[in-house]
Amino acid sequence: MTSDVLIVGASVGGLTVAEALRRGGHTGRLRLVDPDPHPPYDRPPLSKQVLTGLWPPDRVRLRTPEQLEALDAEWVWGRAERLDAAARTVELDGGRALAYDTLVIATGLVPRRLPGPEPAGAHTLRSLDEALALRHALPDAGRVAVVGAGVLGCEIAAAARTLGREVTLVDPGPVPMARHLGPELGGRVAALHRRHGVRLRLGTAVTGLVGERGRVSGVALADGEVVRADLAVVTIGSVPATAWLENSGLALADGIVCDARCRAAPGVYAVGDVARWPDPVTGVGIRVESRTNATEQALVVAANILGDERVHAPVPYFWSDQYDTKIQVHGRVGGGDRVRYLEGTAADDRFVALTESDGGRTTAAIGWNHPRGARTARAHLTAAPSQP
Amino acid sequence: MKVIVDEERCVGGGQCVAAAPDVFDQRDDDGVVVLLDPAPPHERAAAVREAAMLCPAAAIVVVDT
Ligand SMILES: Cc1cc2nc3c(=O)[nH]c(=O)nc-3n(C[C@H](O)[C@H](O)[C@H](O)COP(=O)(O)OP(=O)(O)OC[C@H]3O[C@@H](n4cnc5c(N)ncnc54)[C@H](O)[C@@H]3O)c2cc1C
Ligand code: SF4
Repeated sequence: MTSDVLIVGASVGGLTVAEALRRGGHTGRLRLVDPDPHPPYDRPPLSKQVLTGLWPPDRVRLRTPEQLEALDAEWVWGRAERLDAAARTVELDGGRALAYDTLVIATGLVPRRLPGPEPAGAHTLRSLDEALALRHALPDAGRVAVVGAGVLGCEIAAAARTLGREVTLVDPGPVPMARHLGPELGGRVAALHRRHGVRLRLGTAVTGLVGERGRVSGVALADGEVVRADLAVVTIGSVPATAWLENSGLALADGIVCDARCRAAPGVYAVGDVARWPDPVTGVGIRVESRTNATEQALVVAANILGDERVHAPVPYFWSDQYDTKIQVHGRVGGGDRVRYLEGTAADDRFVALTESDGGRTTAAIGWNHPRGARTARAHLTAAPSQP
Repeated sequence: MKVIVDEERCVGGGQCVAAAPDVFDQRDDDGVVVLLDPAPPHERAAAVREAAMLCPAAAIVVVDT
């Protein structure tokens, strides 16, 4: 195959498509566009080993220079600003236009921000540079507030605590990681952080950051309280990086709307955190923000570009490391699910659990310091019921 | 082909075991990868390459010999 493939976003999703294309016999032109100044790197260690200083920053590189060289691709440093799908061209910042036969969009997410002014000392975390800025600032911080107790917020709170900072974790929900783990297991995450000395301020929304002379001095809550802090990390979720695709003709709805084969339009594919596609069983549009989804979906996209008709039907998976605790989730926990312990009990520091929906469906297999057990428990998952 | 794993990078999800169970396993206690066969036979090459691509920690390197 000799067509011209353009990949916008050269992180794990984009890079894996490129590698799988070459492996599958694509001999044509291959270009990857990204504004990030660093060679492709992995994000999961940014909120873990990089923040605590356990890893030097260059350990996050996804590939060696030799491996990147062997890909025989052109690396374009720039930001895509406009797509003309009819003319099959992408315009970059600075006005350059790149033509393509096949376009792969792998632009990931942009952190959501709080409304109002953003004083110095306010951080978000998505890129390596943001991780380095946060790591640099943490040792001098007196009090740290982490706004948003999702997976990322919990990991950052754990890292800041590990570095000896005084940490408050704020979230409107009743427990941390409620969306990912449900109330019972989320309660265990709360206990974990309390045990390590993190102050939890749950059940109250954050209205904004408070500043004094241009620097963060606290986080304002809806009930009037101000959580004092001189460093605030805002981890209130992220939105798909699709601003550049407005008016492109592509359907956008919290992500790039694709078919089950990850195709957004003729000759246009989306992959990774930015892509939304119909669950092949339920038909409901889903978007998955996880490291393994990006690679699995990339293999599907590359195969389809090479002429296959593969449907993307993953078992969602994510993990999180907080202090010495490793949490792994295969499948997806539903809000009202019951927890059933397969190994260990609710009181143990190591267990394998399943979550079950009201309809008796096993929705997720969860390992708490039990990686191997979590993987084997995956066999218990039942497929989602078909749409009536 | 030769396979190298980096235990320090491994995050223990076991995607490699699912892809190539006769080449990779996981330790019981912490889930870290165990390389069962550092020089897998030709028939396993595709599965091992798939495992290396799916590994969410870039902890598996395949060297052609
Ligand atoms: C700090 C952190 C920790 C995480 N930890 C875990 C974890 O423990 N487990 C887990 O399963 N997942 C984790 N994730 C999620 C995981 O990293 C993502 O799912 C994965 O990175 C998605 O890959 P992607 O290629 O789709 O997008 P990204 O990795 O976000 O890459 C998108 C790329 O597109 C580029 N880009 C954006 N806009 C443009 C544009 N207009 N033009 C050109 N290029 C553009 C960006 O610079 C970036 O390089 C974590 C994420 C973060 C940020
Ligand atoms: S897939 Fe990678 S990270 Fe997961 S267990 Fe295997 S080597 Fe470790």
